[in-house]
Amino acid sequence: MDRQAVMQQGLAETIPVPRLSPEARRRQLREKAIAGFITLMAFTGIAALVLILVFVAKEALALFTEAEARHEASLSKMFLPQVVRQGRPPAFVWQPVSNVPKVSMIPLFIGTLKTTAVSMLVAVPVGVFGALYAAEFAPRRLRELLKPVIELLAGIPSVVLGFFALMVMATVLQDAFGLHTRLNAVVAGLGLALAIVPVIFTVAEDSLTAVPRSYREASLALGATPWETAWKVVLPAAAPGILAACVLGFGRAIGETMIILMASGNAAIVSANLGDSVRSLSATIAAEMGEVVVGSTHYSILFFIGVQLFLFTFVLNMLASAWTKRVIKRLTGSAS
Amino acid sequence: MKTFLKSLVAVLLVALPVAAQAGTVTVKGSDTMVILGQRWAEEFMKKNAGAKVQVTGGGSGTGLAALQNGTTDIAMSSRDIKKAESDKLRAKYNTAAEEIPVAKDGVTFYVNEGNPVNALSVEQLRGIYLGDITNWKEVGGPDAPIVVYSRENSSGTYVFVKDNVLNGEDYVASAQTLPGTAAVVNAVAKEKHGIGYGGSAYAKGIKELKVKQGNEEIAPTADNIKSGKYPLSRNLYFYLRNKPAGEVKAFIDYALSPEGQAVVTKVGYFPVK
Repeated sequence: MDRQAVMQQGLAETIPVPRLSPEARRRQLREKAIAGFITLMAFTGIAALVLILVFVAKEALALFTEAEARHEASLSKMFLPQVVRQGRPPAFVWQPVSNVPKVSMIPLFIGTLKTTAVSMLVAVPVGVFGALYAAEFAPRRLRELLKPVIELLAGIPSVVLGFFALMVMATVLQDAFGLHTRLNAVVAGLGLALAIVPVIFTVAEDSLTAVPRSYREASLALGATPWETAWKVVLPAAAPGILAACVLGFGRAIGETMIILMASGNAAIVSANLGDSVRSLSATIAAEMGEVVVGSTHYSILFFIGVQLFLFTFVLNMLASAWTKRVIKRLTGSAS
Repeated sequence: MKTFLKSLVAVLLVALPVAAQAGTVTVKGSDTMVILGQRWAEEFMKKNAGAKVQVTGGGSGTGLAALQNGTTDIAMSSRDIKKAESDKLRAKYNTAAEEIPVAKDGVTFYVNEGNPVNALSVEQLRGIYLGDITNWKEVGGPDAPIVVYSRENSSGTYVFVKDNVLNGEDYVASAQTLPGTAAVVNAVAKEKHGIGYGGSAYAKGIKELKVKQGNEEIAPTADNIKSGKYPLSRNLYFYLRNKPAGEVKAFIDYALSPEGQAVVTKVGYFPVK
């Protein structure tokens, strides 16, 4: 026997090669293929996000690099009051199609803020209390009816909700409150609330039902009423999930376009009155992008608005996740 | 054999896009003109079997942008081409834009049926749309705030009113902008103190305002618009990159023929010939 053969024999003895049946080998291969496929999917999502951001930012960048655009839409023109008519005090005006374009973002910010505020004021209580009822108080059969129906509301296209707000809600609200303008922040905000209630409800309900049964039993055993249990024990325990629900709703409210485009009247007014017509950031992009000359200053401004909307939701999500962590820490910290 | 296949592929590659385009005329632009364009296209296609005319809207600016990008043969526009737009066209194709007036339209101001005001001067309209006049009682109406409706700034009508009524100044910030003349008509019909504007072709179910000039009150009627007596009338245009030829020329010739101009009247606009 020569040495090589001895070594081979020795190796074979010390490290037994696992004998895979062809079946197991196939399974292993399949496993790898599937893992590779889903990894690819995950990175496709990330790649799409990055590409969108790069494209939008690139189109907006012309605003800061081209001399003509910098003159027409400098940061001070976008964010500080300007004299737009001789003999009038400086004001924030959005009139991008004009001999002298006025491109103040402030009326658009105010518009987005107003509609979002109205919709959150309505949708958060409705969504959270609705979820609390469904999770804690509703009889089982009613709950099984309530959940799918509210979730069905999420499936209604926003253009239908917008149409409803425009034709029905606007008239009803004007008759009821004697509003000066038919289409205003309240109508648009309520229409928007219809779209975000199901979002808040669904996520909040999930987090409420995820609270361990033992919490409720302990609370009831200590003599708390069902309401006290729901309000003081279950709701705080589900706080991170409820917060996430509100953030999701808020994100949808900021970005939602069609309802606001149809029901807000789209007048870029600077005022605190919720009865005034408003023009939101997203509706401005939708209304003006169709006509704009590609590569013009106006075009870049619309993309710049897109970047701002992106940044808003991004920062909001960061803040919310930081806050959620703090809440969880406080809850678990005080318990131990 | 191989070379034969290669040349076949090459021929197909060159010929296919041409074949797809031959006989199809694309028309795009002004929402005010979409109905008119479609009616022309239907009649034209009925008379010329095999010809295909595709009409879509989007606004005058959209049509002229498509003309620059080369995605349409004819741009419909309810306003004159802007200098920036014709400059772009010249830079890209080295041709001046070909302008063909195909119909006339009057911009009509509407108020709610219940409003006692019947006529306003151009100055009063300007005051209302600039925000200097904010109450109906300043122009002889009831004591109620005026709710001003306007069009989105992609609309040719928006630019027309801005140029011809506001003398190029900006609309008051509180003017609500709605997508489409139909939306404005609908809003004014529902808003007791509203005022809006649009093409006369759409004006149904609300009151059309006459325009005061001196002591005369001129209604936006066919005769007044055709003769140019009504102060707020405008031309509706077809814009092309080059002089019309082939199918495009046939379609435009049809639109300007007595038959085509009869369609204009039927749709609610006014003939140019």
